[in-house]
This record gives sequence, C-alpha cells and structure tokens, in this order.
Amino acid sequence: MTEPVAPTLDVDGLVVRFGGVVALDGVTLRIEPGEVVGIIGPNGAGKTTLFNAICGFVRPDSGRINYRGEPLLGTAPHRLARLGIARTLQGLGLWPGLTVQENVVASSRVRPGLFSSLLALPSADRIEAELASKAHDILDRLGIGSYASAFPATLPYGVQKRVIIARALMAVPSLLLLDEPASGLSARDIDELAELIKQLRTRMSVAVVEHHLDFVMAISDRVTVLNLGRVIASGTPKEIQDNPQVATAYLGENVATPEASSDA
Amino acid sequence: MVAVHSRLDRLASRTLGGHLLLALGAAVLLLLLSTQIGAYDNYNLTAVAIFAVAAAGLNLLTGLNGQLSLGHGALMAIGAYTASLLLKDHELPVVLVLLLSVLSTGLIGIVFGYAAARLRGPYLAGATLTLAVALPQVATRYKSIFGGESGLTVPPTTPPAWLGPDFPPERWLAWIAVAAAVVTFVLLANLLRSSAGRAFRAVRDNEAAAALAGIDVARTQVLAFVISAACAGLAGALFAYWSGVTAPAGFGVTLSLQLVTAIVIGGLGSLAGAVWGSLVLVFVPSLTSGMASTLNVPSAIANNLPLAIYGGILVIAMLVAPHGIQGTLTRILTIGRARWGHTPAGGQKGVVDWDDPASDP
Repeated sequence: MTEPVAPTLDVDGLVVRFGGVVALDGVTLRIEPGEVVGIIGPNGAGKTTLFNAICGFVRPDSGRINYRGEPLLGTAPHRLARLGIARTLQGLGLWPGLTVQENVVASSRVRPGLFSSLLALPSADRIEAELASKAHDILDRLGIGSYASAFPATLPYGVQKRVIIARALMAVPSLLLLDEPASGLSARDIDELAELIKQLRTRMSVAVVEHHLDFVMAISDRVTVLNLGRVIASGTPKEIQDNPQVATAYLGENVATPEASSDA
Repeated sequence: MVAVHSRLDRLASRTLGGHLLLALGAAVLLLLLSTQIGAYDNYNLTAVAIFAVAAAGLNLLTGLNGQLSLGHGALMAIGAYTASLLLKDHELPVVLVLLLSVLSTGLIGIVFGYAAARLRGPYLAGATLTLAVALPQVATRYKSIFGGESGLTVPPTTPPAWLGPDFPPERWLAWIAVAAAVVTFVLLANLLRSSAGRAFRAVRDNEAAAALAGIDVARTQVLAFVISAACAGLAGALFAYWSGVTAPAGFGVTLSLQLVTAIVIGGLGSLAGAVWGSLVLVFVPSLTSGMASTLNVPSAIANNLPLAIYGGILVIAMLVAPHGIQGTLTRILTIGRARWGHTPAGGQKGVVDWDDPASDP
C-alpha cells in the first residue's frame, strides 16, 4: 500500500432522470480493488438504475463513472466484458435455448475467429475444447458440474442462480456486479453464496444489490444505502446497522433493533 | 491399415472431420440416387437441394437468431438475377457464377442486415415483407436490364465431356445443386457449433444478457442476416439454372412464405429441419395433385383441391408436430433414450433443498 491504486469503480455525482422522475440524484460510490460493497435500499431507491448506468444501458444526465482510473461513460454494454466488468441481471437472464455449458462458454472473453469457425480449423477446435474444460471447472467449483448438458428451464431455481454466477465468472472479471443474487434462494444456498463471494474477493471487486440484509451485512466490507435516488448512508455494516437514519428510511419508523443496540 | 484407421479416427473426432464424413456420405448416396432415377425425379432432387439451401439460411436467421424474414424470396431473386445477368453475354463456369451470386447477395444483405438489426418482431416482418413485394417490381420497371415481366433466359449447364456424351443435363444440374447444398451445410454446421452459433442463439434468447456477456448484439444480427442472404443468393442462382428463366413472377411473396413454411414444418433452428421442410415443399404439392386427380370430381373442384389438401396437411402437421418434424424426432429420441436407461445429464446430484423453511427473498 505504498503507492495509490486507482479504485476499481469510482462513481461521482451521478444523476439519471426519467422524464420528470429523478431516479439517481448525485450518487457517489467507490469500490476499491478486492472490496465487496453492498448496495441496499427500499424498492425504487435506484439500485438497479445505478447498475444500468454503470453498464451503459442508461445514459446519465450528469456525473462521472471511472473504472480503474479510466472514464467508463459512453462505453457500449458489450464492451464491458472485455474491460473486465461482469454483471448478472435481476431475475435470471439465462439463455433458455443454450445448455448450461453453452451458457457459460458463450460468456467467455476468448472466442475463436469467424473464419476458423466456418472452416472448423484445428485452432478453432482447440479453443472450443479449452473453453469447454474451463466452463466445466467453474461449474464443478460451484457444485453444478453434473448439469452441464441440461437446459436451464429444466433445473431448480437455485441451480439456475448458480449458472448465472458461473456465466459471470467465465469472463474472469475484475469487477463483478451482482443484482439480487440471493433472491429466491434457500438459507443454505445463501450461506454457500456468501462463502463463494468471500472467496472471490481475493481476485475481484464485487458490488451486490440485494434486499436480503443479513446476507449483505455478512459479505460486505462497506454498505451504501440508497433512498429515493440519494445515498443516505455509507460505511461498514456495523456503522450502517447503527445508523438511525437508515433504520428510519429503510426499515420504517417503529422497528426496534434490540440486537443492534445491545451488542454495541 | 492400422495407421490409416487411426488417422481416420482422429479426423472424425474433430468438428470438421465429423461434418465432412457425414457430408461425404450424404453426397455419395445422393449422387448414386441421381443415377438411378429419371429426368423428372432429378429435377425434383435439384429443387429439394435448392430449397434446402435457402431454408437453411432462413432457419439460421429466424430459428437461431430470432429475426423473422418474410422477404427471403426477394434475396433469392437477387442471386438469380446476378446469375442470369452474368450468363446473358458470357459463358462462365458454374462455380464462378454461384460464387459471384453468393457475393452479390451477401453484400446487399449487409445493407438489409443493418436495417433489420434496428427492427424487432412485427416491424422486421413487415419490412422484409415489403422487400418481398417491392423487389420484383424493380425487374419490371427496368426492363432493358432485367427483361421485364418475361425475364431473362438462362442457358442450361452442359455436363463436362468426361462424363460422356449421353450424360443427362438434369442429372448434372442435380449433382451441382447437391454439391452446393452439401458444402453449404458443412460450413453452416461448423459455424453453428462454434461461438458464432452460440452468439446467434444468445441474442435471440436475451439481448441484454448477450450484451453483458460481451456479445455485440447488432453485429451478431447483421452477421446472421448476411450469412442467411448469402445462402438465399446461392439458392437463387441455382434456381435460375433450374428454371431456365429468371422472371419476377418466380420470386413473389409466395416463395418467401413457402420458405417460412418449410422451416416451421421442418423444425425451427436446425439444419435438418431445413431439409425436411424442403422435402415437404417439393413433394407434398405433387402428392396432393396426384390425390386430387384420382378422385372423380368436376375440374372446377379438382383444380383447387390440391391447394386445399396442402393447406390441410400443413394445419394437421402443426397440430401434431408443433415443433416441426425435426423437433418431434428429437423428442422421440430423447424419450426413447430415457426409457432405455440412458439418464440424461443432470442427474440428482446437488439439487437444492426446497424443504428448507428459512428461504426468504
């Protein structure tokens, strides 16, 4: 830590308006290398809009987004993967017409060229074989290797959610944006997901949008709270849990939090 | 002997090797078949090969990439007119004519492809339908170049001398068409197995997820359109040789709709489906006219009966096999495998515990 390292993601003063509605109102967010940042907030707080702005699906009205010190705004969504940014979508976003393995392989940054594919040159076959074995490794590590040749729609929801993660990992990202990865998962699956994210942080930064608060508090180094398009709090999970403003905005006026106050 | 065998083995284990062996087998069978059948059946064999090429291209675009084109007849017209114009004043080798037709239709396909990539669903269907209606009119309008309503005549290809003086020209054309179809299918099969094929399907299934996976959605759609157009161009050029005349009436909306019918009946999204579909296109109408002529009915009814039976067959086919012929065959195969003890991959390992009560989204 002798020389300063550019933050993986540096969002500053981001404003997004949809007609008269201000979806994001001067949002600032920093994610350092190897950091896991949780983004929470009530429905309509602007969490997914923030991800959409980072990924180029939504054009911000003002503000700045830097990725590893380089401006990111104006980058087309399909160029993000090559820059090292992977994102999962709320819901699933798996391709139903591709097998699990194809879903994962299709997300690789490495692809054989068109003409070597057209002629099925040995080089194309070799790359395809490498991609297949890499996809298998990832699927095995996530415990879903046996589903490689199945189609997503035939699989339980928890397995599909893992395929989504596998697809994101295939791109070997530096920044992983997870949009509600725990929604619809069983408690055991959530624990395993938390364990996985803790392992991933040695190799990448992770931003997680999630409603499941226990999960967010367990995995995050820092938590940013959005409400009505503004950042109302940012800090360690402990700080956020103790912040009365957060409790008011996020949990409502009269929620008593005995654990949070007693273990202080 | 052993060395040869192991080399063959190595060849077959590779993508190209596998596809080539399959294609070679099909080609040899079809060429043998063409020597055993008469002129009329060779004529039909050629038609099947031509429609198979066009339908395979359309299936790539519509079945695998999700872009519905109702204007592929017009793209065939571009190939056919390219071939006919090339042959108007010159005697050119057939391979060159076919390649140039593929090239010209592919280039025009780039223009249409960029427009198509901006359109979705019914808008794309409407735009391509406009193409199917409008393009033949160009030939009528510029009579001096395209020959107007009566079109351009295309000289037949003469069999090369080494096949002997009595070699029937229908058989020679069947060979050309079969060879062209086999080459097309090998190239398409290679492509569909590769990352390009996955990208086509990924874009069809979920564009946002495809973009996030680093797939350039617009480029993928243009690529699919261009490859599809190139196939239509090849089919069009073969069609010109086959019919002997290239006229606007041959490339109306009906042709475009026939191609869509072929891939839906044959099976969307598979190359085999394109073959089944073209077999239906060529043989079912002649079958129904045969059926109609055996019935002793007044000519007013008999003339319209084949079309009515054809329509009926299509309706029944869609009811019985909504996923097309290939889709149904695959399903039967899957069920058969399951019943014969081969459990499909997936198994039971690692299934999520749904009884866990603590899950709370």
